Amino acid sequence: MHYFLQQLINGITLGSIYGLIAIGYTMVYGIIGMINFAHGDVFMVGSFVSLITIIIFGITGTSNVFLGIGVLVLVAAISMVIAGIYGWTIERLAYRPLRGSFRLAPLITAIGVSIFLQNFVQATQGARVKPLQAIISGGFTLLSSDDFVVRITYMQILIVVLTFLLMAGFTYLISKTSLGRAQRACEQDMKMAMLLGIDVNTTISTTFVIGAALAAVAGLMYLLYYGVIDFYIGFSAGIKAFTAAVLGGVGSLPGAMLGGLVIGLIEVFFAAYFSSEYKDVAAFSMLIVVLIFMPQGLLGRPEIEKV
Amino acid sequence: MSVPLLSVNNLTMRFGGLTAVDSVSFDVHRDHITAVIGPNGAGKTTAFNCITGFYKPTDGQIVLTHADDSVFKLEEMEDFRISQTAKVARTFQNIRLFGGMTVLENLMIAQHNRLMRASLYTLAGIFNTPSYQRAQKIAKEKAEFWMDRVGITDRADDPAAALPYGAQRKLEIARAMCTDPVLLCLDEPAAGLNPRESEELNTLLRSIRDTNKVGILLIEHDMSVVMEISDHIIVLDYGRKISDGTATEVRNDPAVIKAYLGVVED
Repeated sequence: MHYFLQQLINGITLGSIYGLIAIGYTMVYGIIGMINFAHGDVFMVGSFVSLITIIIFGITGTSNVFLGIGVLVLVAAISMVIAGIYGWTIERLAYRPLRGSFRLAPLITAIGVSIFLQNFVQATQGARVKPLQAIISGGFTLLSSDDFVVRITYMQILIVVLTFLLMAGFTYLISKTSLGRAQRACEQDMKMAMLLGIDVNTTISTTFVIGAALAAVAGLMYLLYYGVIDFYIGFSAGIKAFTAAVLGGVGSLPGAMLGGLVIGLIEVFFAAYFSSEYKDVAAFSMLIVVLIFMPQGLLGRPEIEKV
Repeated sequence: MSVPLLSVNNLTMRFGGLTAVDSVSFDVHRDHITAVIGPNGAGKTTAFNCITGFYKPTDGQIVLTHADDSVFKLEEMEDFRISQTAKVARTFQNIRLFGGMTVLENLMIAQHNRLMRASLYTLAGIFNTPSYQRAQKIAKEKAEFWMDRVGITDRADDPAAALPYGAQRKLEIARAMCTDPVLLCLDEPAAGLNPRESEELNTLLRSIRDTNKVGILLIEHDMSVVMEISDHIIVLDYGRKISDGTATEVRNDPAVIKAYLGVVED
């Protein structure tokens, strides 16, 4: 029981990170109907930008949680802005010229952008893994028995709380602000949105920027949680977040969050009870099962042919 | 007569080898309902699509003049600016509402640009500042005004797709009007309406012309609508303009009769 509880905590933490990345996939798919395979690498870039910022500021570990959080918010803001610029640039250079082209074209450039970003970071930052000492350490002991202690670290609390705050803010943005309304309008009928005077290109760019900014937060949290990053983390995290988005129903925002949690839990529990080497197999088997039996995902709308 | 609201000169649209619209010129006047009629395939919708920025015309000029004498060359404008700056709104033959959004949201979307400015491009929107709340309130009042005007107030919070056909048509017109247009383009607004509904439509269009001072350009097959409400009719056939005038003039024009009914060869 203790062991299970501990894994549940770990799973939710990991799932939150996946959920944040998955939102970027789902939003972009919703609005322009393409899977942005470079999104995982934007997450990786966000992670590296966070690391560089932390090193530049010379931030080291602190036991003062509030100071730690304050500093991290600053780091998050910087890496959100820089990742946002990446997101905007990618959309502008690699996807917008291909809009209106055949469906596969932006998918192929997305893979190209992904390869480019990996190699770009490898070339400029080196191929070795980058370690970071823990900035926020410590935590609570929830339960303890003779042989096992259930702990929740401050870092885990921070990740989950921050994720839910971002989700809440984001849901508000989409449902209540005029930007969100424009995004939903573009999602349903881009031409009609344009005819009502909505600047569709700017709306799409904004979507990419928001997705990239959320991925950057996820990148920072990944860095802080695991303490090591390399140029390749975007690939597996990206594919898992993509799985999460598909599982939740591509195009659905709560679905992305739910899918992220489910994938995080599956991965952690599989590693805990079966084999940690094959945890990725479990996550990706889930993708296959969902695609076969439930292609619209848990919370997705069934695809309706437009007449 | 004053400068026309819309002046179309030698508008030509080719799709590969097919010339859908061939050097068509006509004017649309302020405070007028202008109808474009013609047999199927005459190029009416294509001409419409050029005016509203859906297509870029192959050749010709489309000039819109506002009441304050500012002039817009529609054929050169970036697509979304035709609605945003030149203030041309349109509806579609096959209704294009945002089906998943509520009736109210459909009308708020049409006021997007004003709200975006009021929300400082979303920043103020996130923090829900008083100035944004005010702008939202004004937008909502406008939406309510138009819902009331077309008679769909009781359906404000229903998804647009759940409305009956006639109400969807009305909502589309209300949405177009929420963009504050100077020119309203309607593509077959009476299609699929029953006689009572088309009568209501006639009344609505007349009142939009008279009270809102909006020029209306419409494509219509329903002659009871066209002949009754149009101040000016343009007849197209095979991409060319064959007649232009008042309802009576057009009705008695041999070229129009020939296009619609054919002539007996002797």
